[in-house]
Amino acid sequence: MKSLRRYIDKLKPHFEKGGKFAKLESTFEAFESFLFVSNKVTNKGTHIRDANDMKRTMIVVVLALVPTVLFGMWNAGFQHYLATGQEGTMLEMFWIGFLKIFPIIVVSYVVGLGIEFAFAQYRGHEVNEGFLVSGMLIPLVLPVDVPLWMVAVATAFAVVIGKEVFGGTGMNILNPALTARAFLFFAYPSYMSGNSVWTHGMMSGEGIIDSFSGATPLAEAAAGNISNLPSVAEMFIGTIPGSIGETSTLAILIGAAILIITGIGSARIMISTVIGGLVMGILLNLFAVNPFMEIPAWEHLLLGGFAFGAVFMATDPVSAAQTARGKIIYGFLIGFMAILIRVINPAYPEGVMLAILLMNVFAPLIDHYVIESNIKRRLKRAKVNA
Amino acid sequence: MSAEKEPLFSSKNIKLLTEPLNDSNPITVQVLGICSALAVTVKVKPAFVMAVSVMVVMAVSNVVISLLRKTVPPRIRIIVQLVVIASMVILVDQVLKAFLFDISKQLSVFVGLIITNCIIMGRLEAFALSNKPWQSFLDGIGNAAGYGIILIIVAFFRELLGSGTVWGFKVIPESVYDFGYENNGLMILPPMALIVVGVIIWVQRAKNKKLVESN
Repeated sequence: MKSLRRYIDKLKPHFEKGGKFAKLESTFEAFESFLFVSNKVTNKGTHIRDANDMKRTMIVVVLALVPTVLFGMWNAGFQHYLATGQEGTMLEMFWIGFLKIFPIIVVSYVVGLGIEFAFAQYRGHEVNEGFLVSGMLIPLVLPVDVPLWMVAVATAFAVVIGKEVFGGTGMNILNPALTARAFLFFAYPSYMSGNSVWTHGMMSGEGIIDSFSGATPLAEAAAGNISNLPSVAEMFIGTIPGSIGETSTLAILIGAAILIITGIGSARIMISTVIGGLVMGILLNLFAVNPFMEIPAWEHLLLGGFAFGAVFMATDPVSAAQTARGKIIYGFLIGFMAILIRVINPAYPEGVMLAILLMNVFAPLIDHYVIESNIKRRLKRAKVNA
Repeated sequence: MSAEKEPLFSSKNIKLLTEPLNDSNPITVQVLGICSALAVTVKVKPAFVMAVSVMVVMAVSNVVISLLRKTVPPRIRIIVQLVVIASMVILVDQVLKAFLFDISKQLSVFVGLIITNCIIMGRLEAFALSNKPWQSFLDGIGNAAGYGIILIIVAFFRELLGSGTVWGFKVIPESVYDFGYENNGLMILPPMALIVVGVIIWVQRAKNKKLVESN
């Protein structure tokens, strides 16, 4: 460790003002603080000191995502073997998924971080760490057979249009990972929806057995084939077709536990999102006119990307509401809208993405009114006392 | 009376033509006429026809209003402007229907909606009502050109990436599609036009520091 520190200290002057590589200063700074805790001290105003800087925060989120990634890799292989009617060991299944999913993760990180570094360099600010999480979230919300160049285009779009035009990490109004997914969803619908995109090998159609439909439970439910739905246990554990990271509610719950215990993800948002979904589900049950509306409200929580969205997407600290009461309203409306879009709008069987993006846009407004009402209440109290 | 006769293309007059192309572009700087910029820019051809139509309407109505500027009572000037624009638009619409029926169908209601294009009304109010016909003519041509250029740039990118063609000709070769390339469906949808316009504004402001507001 000490030799590494010495090495960095020796390199440092070259990157500071006047040095040979002064232009690359922000890149150097990024790697330095990646290796060692930054010794920069704020010297103005009052600050709360915390060892937990942005990089560590982001790493915890990535750790929380690990169970879903691992499960997603195994499930990709599992679905592939199921579709081709072959037998395979657990390791073989995992290996197939790994070969498919690892490149997607690499592409997402390389493209996204490349653009981040380029912008940081060009604008002369520090490299922001936000993409560490976005880069992991983007692959998890995509189908397994998505072409790599599409991942690259979508990532570039999300980083440039979703984030950099607003001023980089911390300024974006939309969740970058969902921006990437929305981009792909509208730009290349044939790769992002339908029954054949969720299972590896199904689009090329080689060796797929006839009895395998590849339809996600959500698609089955939307089509009204309630009897085709997998059992609750299967949907909870996640051995169903779907986007890479969204199928296993169990793995997502592990991630949620990590986020809540470390205090990084907002439990308020997660819980109110779930409640919002349940309320809408119950409302739909009451006025049910077709089988999709009759699905028990709690089963909606297992279907599609609801759990993933509630835990990892809605809680994005930048694009979510900031005030305590605002978070509850924001989360509730996400759950509410997600189930509403999912069930009522036949064009978009997955409403979670659209609901979260919509509420991202409304988050500042919610905050504004929460703060206004606080001010009003306090003014009233002040008047009564006086 | 007119002691110093101004040459037709004095530097001041040239400025009327060139300023709207960059420094006071109706779309990217004044952010007017966005509605039609989103609607007609899926393909280059309709965008071009639209740009030319707007140019004709704008130049002629600018001149007409400029000629009438001393006789129109201020109270009814908006109505007079609308009558002039509307008659021009009807003329243009009839010509398109007669000679370019296919494109006229593609542009559909948006030719008629030139009447409500805020750029035209804006220039009539701001310029033609208080300037001589020749200057008004140049101003109309300049602003329409500034509008048209943005329209065609947006349409170029949307058609290239959304349909793989430019002006209806296939540009992206079949072999690229064989590699797995796909046309971007989002480019065909209106939101993408807004994003492309946004990117143009971004690039323009990065190059032209005059436009950047200080706050």
